[in-house]
Amino acid sequence: MPILKQGDYLIASIQSALSDSEVLELRDDLAERVGQFRARGIVVDVTALDVIDSFAARALRTIGSTAKLRGAETVLVGIQPDVAMAMVQFELDLQPLHTALDLEEGLAVLRRTARGGDDDGP
Amino acid sequence: MNGQKPSLPTPPLETHEIDAELLPKLVAYLRQMSVELREKWVSRISEAQLLGVMSPEEIFSEVKAVYDNYVDALETGSVESLQAYARDLSERIIHRGVETHEVLGIVLLLRDVLARSLFLRYQDDPELLDRILDSYEPAANRIAVTVGVSFVEERERVIREQQAAIRELSTPVLQVRDRLVILPIIGAIDSQRARQLTEQLLNAIQANRAKVVVIDITGVASIDMTVANHLVQTVNAARLMGASAIITGLSSGIAQTLVDLRVDLSTMNTVGDLQGGLEEAERLLGYKVLHSDPAPPDRLA
Amino acid sequence: MDHETCVEIESDADMVAARAAGRALAERLGFSRTDGTLIATAISEVARNILVHAGCGEILLHDVHERDRHGIVVVARDCGPGIQSVELALQDGWGSSGGLGLGLPGARRLMDEFTIESVPGDGTTVTMKKWRARDPLERLRREREQREQVWA
Repeated sequence: MPILKQGDYLIASIQSALSDSEVLELRDDLAERVGQFRARGIVVDVTALDVIDSFAARALRTIGSTAKLRGAETVLVGIQPDVAMAMVQFELDLQPLHTALDLEEGLAVLRRTARGGDDDGP
Repeated sequence: MNGQKPSLPTPPLETHEIDAELLPKLVAYLRQMSVELREKWVSRISEAQLLGVMSPEEIFSEVKAVYDNYVDALETGSVESLQAYARDLSERIIHRGVETHEVLGIVLLLRDVLARSLFLRYQDDPELLDRILDSYEPAANRIAVTVGVSFVEERERVIREQQAAIRELSTPVLQVRDRLVILPIIGAIDSQRARQLTEQLLNAIQANRAKVVVIDITGVASIDMTVANHLVQTVNAARLMGASAIITGLSSGIAQTLVDLRVDLSTMNTVGDLQGGLEEAERLLGYKVLHSDPAPPDRLA
Repeated sequence: MDHETCVEIESDADMVAARAAGRALAERLGFSRTDGTLIATAISEVARNILVHAGCGEILLHDVHERDRHGIVVVARDCGPGIQSVELALQDGWGSSGGLGLGLPGARRLMDEFTIESVPGDGTTVTMKKWRARDPLERLRREREQREQVWA
């Protein structure tokens, strides 16, 4: 899966429902690249995910906490309406991830938090 | 939709063998008599005063297709293409206002017209007539049921579509500014309506790229625990989609319900009235709010 | 019951198949898209549970009908060793990463009914149901279908 670099940020766009091993691969890839490129933030686009269960949520959170250890914030974007409802009803905790509507908004969140401004995070 | 259809009792073996010869003859005869029998059918339809909403030309053109499909179904014993045709026909005539009793009526009239002509043709050989009717009757009845059921199912599908449209219309999510939508809720909310409102709201956030949603419940007298819980979940789901929610028009009764639910009201952004809610929304969106004359609500739409 | 599907769970790919089957049945039963996602998510949790805990099992999906409502039933059976304490498993956060229990309490919150039966040495069965009230049109259709079946 392609991971793009845009300035100080990494953008990972999930293309389709991932198998468990693919999820773990993504997590490890991002962990490596955050260090490698000294990224300030990560955007993970989950538009294509029709289900986010506890396993996926845990992996995404790990991406977030690993990134944080290296000084980067992580934003999830593109959560589908029905998936959002399922996550809320499931009571999935997403700390320390931020969430935003789409890539544009996600980058805006990262810029805001990088500035140390109002954290409109989780 | 349940794919099972009623299966007919299998006729005794001897008749079944004869059927194999008789049926093609019967079908050939009905095709041969097609023009005459269709005319007879049309006159019986107008005698019975059915299909009043359709013009003679329309009836004429549909009649041929129905007749041909009917005879095909007799021949093949298969009702699949008849079903497809019946649904298609139903879709066209339902909007014209044709009623169920009319559809059943005309199919039964066709059955009778064909049966009578078989009588006339084979009346000199009572035993043969008997066997012909043994073949014809169950098949004709099955056809009548198929057409009737297809019509009814199509009607139900139309009604369901209309219901969905009404539900959506009754609670429009309005985009009032760039990145700002309002969901004004009026009337009683039960669990089911609450779920449907949430779906509408979350879809609207996506469609309008809303950053702020104002949920106005001025028009809601009270909500039970389930709905209150659902409201909280909706606010949280909106946040996952990057939108902050402002609840306006909270009555003291509803506020009490939320307190009883131990909802941390500090996590919910509530404002007394819609006007105030819109101002708060604009503040969140970064608009400069001018405090001379508050804009009357209708200017925002 | 009119519809029944059984999905063997032996690998990741089977989880995806089970979710898709759940969504399809939910749609056929007239559940909303959101409900379909809730059901698929719950199925994902129990399917993963089977894989993590036993390595193999099956998920059975079928419909259930009552006069004023109908619903979907998910039965997840594993061929594993069974669990010692069902109550413990249902506590949020019980079990280390990947252990039993992390997903099940969440799955329970997504469904209307949820039971676990486990016999040590004999495996665990999780049964979940989600209901949907029939609207008047669906009630009529159901009555008609039952009448038609009597004709045969």
